Amino acid sequence: MSTPILRARGVTKEFGGLVAVDSVDLDVGEGEIVGLIGPNGAGKTTFFNCLTGMEEPTAGEMTYRGEAMRGQAYDIARTGLARTFQNIRLFPNMTAAENVVVGRHCRTRTGVFDAIVRTPKFRAEERDNDEWARRLLAFVGLSRVRDQLARNLPYGDQRRLEIARALATEPGLLLLDEPTAGMNPQETSATGQLVRKIRDQGLAVVVIEHDMRFIFSLCDRVAVLVQGKKLVEGTPAEVQADPRVIEAYLGAPAEDAS
Amino acid sequence: MRNVAARLGTLARRMPSQGAWAVAVLGAALVVAGCLGPWAQFPFGYPGKMTLSGFPGGARVFPLALVAVTPVLAWAGVPRRRAGLVGAGGIIAITGGNLLSIADGGGGLGAVAWGAWVALVGGLLLAFAFAALPDDPEPAEWRRLPAPLELVAIAVALGALLYAVVKGLDIVESSRFLSFVAFVTTVAFVLQAIGVLAWLRDASARQRPAAIMLAAATAAAFPFTQGGSGYWVRVFASIGVFAAAAIGLNVVVGLAGLLDLGYIAFFGVGAYVGGLFANAGLTTMHIHLPFLLVVLLGASIAAVFGVIIGAPTLRLRGDYLAIVTLGFGEIFRITANNWVGLTRGPNGIAQIPNVAVGGFDFGESHRVLGVELAGFANYYFIELVLVAVAIVAFTRLNESRIGRAWVAIREDETAAAAMGINTVRLKLLAFAIGAFMAGAAGTVNSHVTTQVSPDSYTFLESILLLAAVVLGGMGTVTGALLGATVLFVIPEKLRSFQDKRLLLFGIALILLMRFRPEGIVASRRRQREFHDDDSGDNTGDNTAADAMSGPPNAPVAT
Repeated sequence: MSTPILRARGVTKEFGGLVAVDSVDLDVGEGEIVGLIGPNGAGKTTFFNCLTGMEEPTAGEMTYRGEAMRGQAYDIARTGLARTFQNIRLFPNMTAAENVVVGRHCRTRTGVFDAIVRTPKFRAEERDNDEWARRLLAFVGLSRVRDQLARNLPYGDQRRLEIARALATEPGLLLLDEPTAGMNPQETSATGQLVRKIRDQGLAVVVIEHDMRFIFSLCDRVAVLVQGKKLVEGTPAEVQADPRVIEAYLGAPAEDAS
Repeated sequence: MRNVAARLGTLARRMPSQGAWAVAVLGAALVVAGCLGPWAQFPFGYPGKMTLSGFPGGARVFPLALVAVTPVLAWAGVPRRRAGLVGAGGIIAITGGNLLSIADGGGGLGAVAWGAWVALVGGLLLAFAFAALPDDPEPAEWRRLPAPLELVAIAVALGALLYAVVKGLDIVESSRFLSFVAFVTTVAFVLQAIGVLAWLRDASARQRPAAIMLAAATAAAFPFTQGGSGYWVRVFASIGVFAAAAIGLNVVVGLAGLLDLGYIAFFGVGAYVGGLFANAGLTTMHIHLPFLLVVLLGASIAAVFGVIIGAPTLRLRGDYLAIVTLGFGEIFRITANNWVGLTRGPNGIAQIPNVAVGGFDFGESHRVLGVELAGFANYYFIELVLVAVAIVAFTRLNESRIGRAWVAIREDETAAAAMGINTVRLKLLAFAIGAFMAGAAGTVNSHVTTQVSPDSYTFLESILLLAAVVLGGMGTVTGALLGATVLFVIPEKLRSFQDKRLLLFGIALILLMRFRPEGIVASRRRQREFHDDDSGDNTGDNTAADAMSGPPNAPVAT
């Protein structure tokens, strides 16, 4: 494998005495879809939070295309990591198009002066933003609701709008936190197709999901997190066959984290 | 309100429709008769000739005007139930209010003459009759007109507004003034009910540049209506100052969603800079800088204070920020009170000279186009420019990358950060821009009032500005303007209410929050926020998976 787009080494996050993420390593190659599974409370979302700078890891190193990632969430977004949230976190009182355009924030430059004077640069950027909103909403299939408030969209549309908004930041790596939670089988399979379409655009994707069929049919590689530790990593077939995974999900009551 | 109207409607609808019309005609006749009859008993020298019968003196002219217009509207095929109910409500409010006022002034209900009772009963009958009508269909979209006609309509509306303001300011008596306000409000609500206001808004949006010019011209015409008197021009100049500050506060509160309870301090910083650099008669610094430079300096220093206060505190969210800004406001006031070497303490800086640019003294009266303009008119024009600049800055920022980032922060700070928005920096920017506007307004105000003292910058003033923003409508310019006007004209007009001002504002705010939480003038966004529920509430907080896994940022663990 060439330089991975994401290389995480020994990522650890402690909350007081509790180790939520325990020395997790993860590599994601360019254009790869990686699944992250594990029982509730295994530390998957916390791991995402560490990657995206929303929480500072207690220990560990992360690089993006070979360069160390550091800083606040907004720095990381600028670097090229975008994410969606387990509980949808759109801007509820902005329209679908506005939500996408907010995603353009870190790729645009105009400031107070440009806005007040309406410089040519400002106009060009606004046109560009409109074009991005139009294209991304079409890409996720939401063109018809561009002027509706995000909070009035049906659940599935909200999930897709969140993906469109994340894509507007022009990421190299997209982190999806339970993108199919609460969806019916049709919506789930549509989401799977959308993720493949995103990969076909050259992006790498990491997906947290509980829906095993979804994960195993979609991902090139799957990592299993149990109680903050990475238990197994491999192809879907390898992971499915691994007795430790089966035990983590079905077996030993002591490890039942939910 | 709505419940009462609904119940009244159910009751009234048991009546056959001919009956409803008969009641309406009877009600209208009673209102007319009541308004021609006396409202106050003879020995009680109630002002406004309310004791006389046979002609509608005093406030009696307003119900009469409403009753004359209401049936015309009701038969014109417009949403008649709503329009009629609003009109009847106006009649009841004006008659009832005057009735109480007469009783209050005359020592009991005995002071009220028959006319008032008859008019009140007439109003109630009218309300009952209109409540019996079937619900209105949604008002049809008003048609577009050719551009010149739309401009004429906008000009007429603005002219009517100016006329109403000038007329209203001419009224001396409190009760008559209140009746007039109720009358104008009723007319506005009727126009709203039949869709005229919405049409005017759309027409103004279509003819935007010309409509803006017309509005500016109307505002500039105001001093010419005052016949050389400077009193109201001065009041409106102060309103301009506070409107500019309120627009600045609107950036902070309305757009970025940061509750600032010490905002008046930035205004005060500007005012002190204005006083100190104008070589005032009673001052500690004998430096005189050109006026424009002082305004910029005052605004910039206020903005620097904004950053100094904001840098450590904007990492806080919500309530904490409010408390810290409140503390800052107090620190400013106490410092101004005690740093005698710079601020002259409680005495303040006084005798600030008139602004003079070139040979033009802004404090003198001038003749323009053959009309005598009081000295304050010049300051009024300065205010107008200041407000115009604030409006342009606010609206353009609102519709920009920066404005969207502010709204995003207000909506969900965590998600905003994940989208690459440097939240602390943008919040600081909002704080600095708000402080800049307040500072500019404060600097100008020090020249209008010719003095600066610490007791003008109390917590109460911060709250009043905040009330102006919330009352008018958060996130809109018109709201801030309207809020500032309401908050500063009403007490000026109703001197006797001055000590009850806060009580009245409190009641008004509570009522407003209950019935119209988006404020008098809602921004497009706020309007939808509170009333756009047609697609149901299928947001993401009701899925089993979410419920099982806890909030996204909480430590995920058992």
